[in-house]
Amino acid sequence: MSTFEFLLQGLASAAEPMNLLYALIGVTLGTAVGVLPGIGPALTVALLLPVTYRLDPTGSLIMFAGIYYGGMYGGSTTSILLNTPGESASIVTALEGNKMARNGRGGPALATAAIGSFVAGLIATLLLAFIAPYIVKLALVFGPREYFALMVLAFVTVSSAFGDSTLRGLTSLFIGLAFSVVGIDQLTGQNRLSFGVPDLLDGIEVTTMAVAMFAIGETLYIAAQGNRGPETVEAVKGSVWMNAADWARSWKAWLRGTVIGFPIGAMPAGGAEIGTFLSYAAEKRLTKHPEEFGNGAIEGVAGPEAANNASAAGTLVPLLTLGLPTTATAAIMLAGFQQYGLQPGPLLFATNPQLVWGLIASLLIANLMLLVLNLPLIGLWVKLLTIPKPWLYAGILVFATLGTIGANPSVFELGMLLTFGLLGYVMRVFGYPIAPVVVGLILGPLAEQQLRRALAISQGDVTVLFTSPIAAVLLAVAAIALILPLILRARGRGEVLSQMAASED
Amino acid sequence: MSLDRQNSVKEQRRPDRAALAIAAVLVTIAGTIFFDVARLKGMAGYSQIGPATIPDWIAFALVGLAIWTVIAAFRRDFPEREHQEFGPVVWIVAGLIAQMLLLRTAGFSIATGVLFALTAAGFGKKRLWITLPIGIVLCLVIWLIFAGLLQLSLPAGPLEHLFL
Repeated sequence: MSTFEFLLQGLASAAEPMNLLYALIGVTLGTAVGVLPGIGPALTVALLLPVTYRLDPTGSLIMFAGIYYGGMYGGSTTSILLNTPGESASIVTALEGNKMARNGRGGPALATAAIGSFVAGLIATLLLAFIAPYIVKLALVFGPREYFALMVLAFVTVSSAFGDSTLRGLTSLFIGLAFSVVGIDQLTGQNRLSFGVPDLLDGIEVTTMAVAMFAIGETLYIAAQGNRGPETVEAVKGSVWMNAADWARSWKAWLRGTVIGFPIGAMPAGGAEIGTFLSYAAEKRLTKHPEEFGNGAIEGVAGPEAANNASAAGTLVPLLTLGLPTTATAAIMLAGFQQYGLQPGPLLFATNPQLVWGLIASLLIANLMLLVLNLPLIGLWVKLLTIPKPWLYAGILVFATLGTIGANPSVFELGMLLTFGLLGYVMRVFGYPIAPVVVGLILGPLAEQQLRRALAISQGDVTVLFTSPIAAVLLAVAAIALILPLILRARGRGEVLSQMAASED
Repeated sequence: MSLDRQNSVKEQRRPDRAALAIAAVLVTIAGTIFFDVARLKGMAGYSQIGPATIPDWIAFALVGLAIWTVIAAFRRDFPEREHQEFGPVVWIVAGLIAQMLLLRTAGFSIATGVLFALTAAGFGKKRLWITLPIGIVLCLVIWLIFAGLLQLSLPAGPLEHLFL
């Protein structure tokens, strides 16, 4: 069957009434949680993952896709109206969007962000559908060493290529990797670092770790800052609709943002942030109204928002076709698959095409629902922003623990939540990035399996990793991505890199 | 870099104590890994690659990173820390511990309601006689939605049994 037929089949399955309902619940929850300041898509997905535990895999993954896309939409609302981006990928949106809101043009800013996200999400999801089968074919020639090299590249880009310190990025990564070896070894059945605690035999739960690091660590950090004066929520004045001039200035920016964002997301090259920065730079250079940049230029919202959503869909390419998460959000999505014993990758396309294509099709449907949900109901979401901090963070902790309790109602699990929450807090205080820990934890066991298979075939000869041309090239790229930023920072050119920090929280 | 760093080194010759502590923690984790996987060394088999191989590599990397951290501590390479207020942190941690201890006996709503109230207290709303009932009612509603409709297994206590 062709891609087109598969996609139609997927649409038919996603359009079943129950699945539509799951998608609707997903996008509503995703938007609601994503709007809350300080919560980005990674945390939204981690918080709501346990909610989907009891559903069948298709329904659950559909709800999950809705949560993912909803979290992205919600994030842009926060950055436009509050000037505190919920996620690093929205920093650029806040730059121009918040200025627009202060000038009384918050409505059009929100509209161009929502429609731009829709256009980009639509195009990028279709690109995903048509590219995925080719990558799957390519992935079939990949052996253990190629996979291992690919994962090394992902490790490097997530941990040290961006952000402000190679040392702290790598330290975070290796802390994650150290946690990843806890539990029963998948190849020999030996238990490692579990110290006789039965709860640890299955390893450290990725969602527990992610929720603790992102939600509890962040809450503790915000609380420890004390009262730094109230943040102002910009009211949405006037019409939310864009006028003809807004449309004329927005549509090219949406398309350019999509073209820039998608490939960056699809390559194992770190988060969506880079795409938004590049898109902003492109819009600034191409605009006919350069004087407006810095004071609320609509292109500066339209382009980066489109790029942000396009690269979010792009990250699904390596995730679905190779089983390779390249961002913290994707890492948690992978955990979502694994809770049903599904391992994304070339095999899943062959063994479970209904599920994969149903998921891709439901992304299209979720995208449409979000557009409908966001434009007329924007006033409702804005109300969520006016929740005072004590209630907001108390609510966030209730939800954070709800997820963990729902997944595993044990005192031990809550203890882990607290421990990792404190770890996340301390890491924030000392400027360690959080995303590499989560990516290390989930990718660690996969990388270890591939590496050990490769080494077992070569009988322990490490040079075998470099003798396959594909693996050698990937490792060389990884080495460049590791060493080049070190040189840049040593020469005092590190600001650019720290601006692109993939904090993803 | 060189100019800035030389100046700061001249001003503050003392190493960054917190960074040294972090290095010590990294070495401790590495040591724990070395110690625990030592008993698996015999499993490596013919290829010399076994369950202990990768943990050993990770531990070596952690030791390397610890050494790097010590160097950074002596060069005072770490960013300035912002002032941290510990009062709120204690409130919230107390809330999490209370929830952990109460969950089994008092049920989801009461345990999580306590967490809610103590977290709100950490952020300045210290009137527990208001926040505690709000928290418990809120959590009861959440319990009804999530345990009832979405069939999550949230522990039930005396309050929840009124609805079962």
